[in-house]
Amino acid sequence: MGEALVVDRLHKSFGTLEVLRGVDLAVAEHEVVCLIGASGSGKSTLLRCVNLLEPIDEGRIVVEGEEITAPGVNVNRIRRRIGIVFQAYNLFPHMNVLRNVTLAPTLALRVPRARAEAEATQLLERFGLADKRNDFPDSLSGGQQQRVAIVRALAMRPDLMLLDEVTSALDPELVAEVLEVIRELAAGGMTMLIATHEMGFARDIADRICFLDEGVILEDGPPEQILTEPKEPRTQQFLQRIIEAGRL
Amino acid sequence: MLSTIVFFTVLALAITHAPGWPEVRRTFFNWDEFKASMPEIARAFLLNVKIFLISEAFILVLALALAVIRSLPGPVFFPMRVLGIAYADFFRGVPTILVIALLGFGAPALQLSWVPLSTTFWGIVALVLVYTAYVSEVYRAGIESVHPSQDAAARSLGLSHWQSLQKVVLPQAVRRVIPPLLNDFIGLQKDTALVGFLGSVEAFKQSQIDAAATFNYTPFVAAAVLFVALTIPLARFTDWLVLRDRRRRQATGA
Repeated sequence: MGEALVVDRLHKSFGTLEVLRGVDLAVAEHEVVCLIGASGSGKSTLLRCVNLLEPIDEGRIVVEGEEITAPGVNVNRIRRRIGIVFQAYNLFPHMNVLRNVTLAPTLALRVPRARAEAEATQLLERFGLADKRNDFPDSLSGGQQQRVAIVRALAMRPDLMLLDEVTSALDPELVAEVLEVIRELAAGGMTMLIATHEMGFARDIADRICFLDEGVILEDGPPEQILTEPKEPRTQQFLQRIIEAGRL
Repeated sequence: MLSTIVFFTVLALAITHAPGWPEVRRTFFNWDEFKASMPEIARAFLLNVKIFLISEAFILVLALALAVIRSLPGPVFFPMRVLGIAYADFFRGVPTILVIALLGFGAPALQLSWVPLSTTFWGIVALVLVYTAYVSEVYRAGIESVHPSQDAAARSLGLSHWQSLQKVVLPQAVRRVIPPLLNDFIGLQKDTALVGFLGSVEAFKQSQIDAAATFNYTPFVAAAVLFVALTIPLARFTDWLVLRDRRRRQATGA
């Protein structure tokens, strides 16, 4: 199994605040890796760096053998291979669901409109959204919007999906439908790097869990080990707080 | 509601009982004069409409281009951004009537064979220059009101900066600024009267000519009525556009 993603000594600062302080991470093809850690530990920043939404200060990121952080790389071409889904969905409110999904394939991949629409319709059907294809985002529930956002990213046929706290903005009763979609993706062999606060979900779905603390990956291992017998005191503390909050 | 009626009743009584009212009514609100001057003023008003429509078409496009230039990121576009700022500062700072006078009297005086002599032409150029500066600010406010996460979402899907601007940012920005855009266009529509200053016979100039001939100012009222008559439908049209957009965004496409 080849490495889908390699992050090598990644550093990233915002002004004087160093958010990532040498992150090392590898994700194999078809592997699902969950990033856990407190707010501000750098989970979102790491995902945004991998998608090249944030320029990095130091280190390297390699996707499917290509160094995407090398100078002169066409960022648009790289981003087409990496799907990202945000906490706040970020659907385009002035377009209906179908156009949200077909916009990038038709513009960035130059897929003919009819074919893009047929493929989008198939994806929407697969995730139970076929009847919403002509609706506008504001008329959908949060869970539906987030599922559309996932479909929108999938329509680009990415090699790698990055999910950034995709259930954090949802009402509790809407979380399950979104997690179900992600489970289906994992079952289909999609390589995914997932930042999440849903520990139960991480235990179910992840091949590996990485605990991110103060800008470094402090501990990395199979879910059972990280969640039940973490080695690092900081991981133990973090999980203790999660358990006290009733989230595990 | 009641207080409004009382207020205007008192105001109307105060005006109609003023000592000079019979004289004012004769010189400003003379129905026969109104009827007599209206056809010619209405014909002249077509020139206002023409100036307005031509200017507006150019302003809409140029102002958007200027706003986009000012929103370009990175040091490469610094000189263009500076030029954009200088332009907007200059043409918002100089009174419209001065720009019209300088261009309308100055440009033809160059006596270059390829420079048009038409005062209306230079009036339109002046209005376009001035209003482009205003309207670009309106567009810019719209562009900045679109949350950066929208651009991030578009870019993350592999769209280029230009594609994101064109398909995601600008459509949302323009929808949001339709009311203030209309506000500027009502201003433009009224300022078409300033072109009369150069000698083009538009509604205001025509009413001036009529008033001078009869020593009666009713033609000015007739011109005012025409301007208002054009503004009101424009305002209602905008209300309708805004409402339609809101409905559409919440639509379930049954």
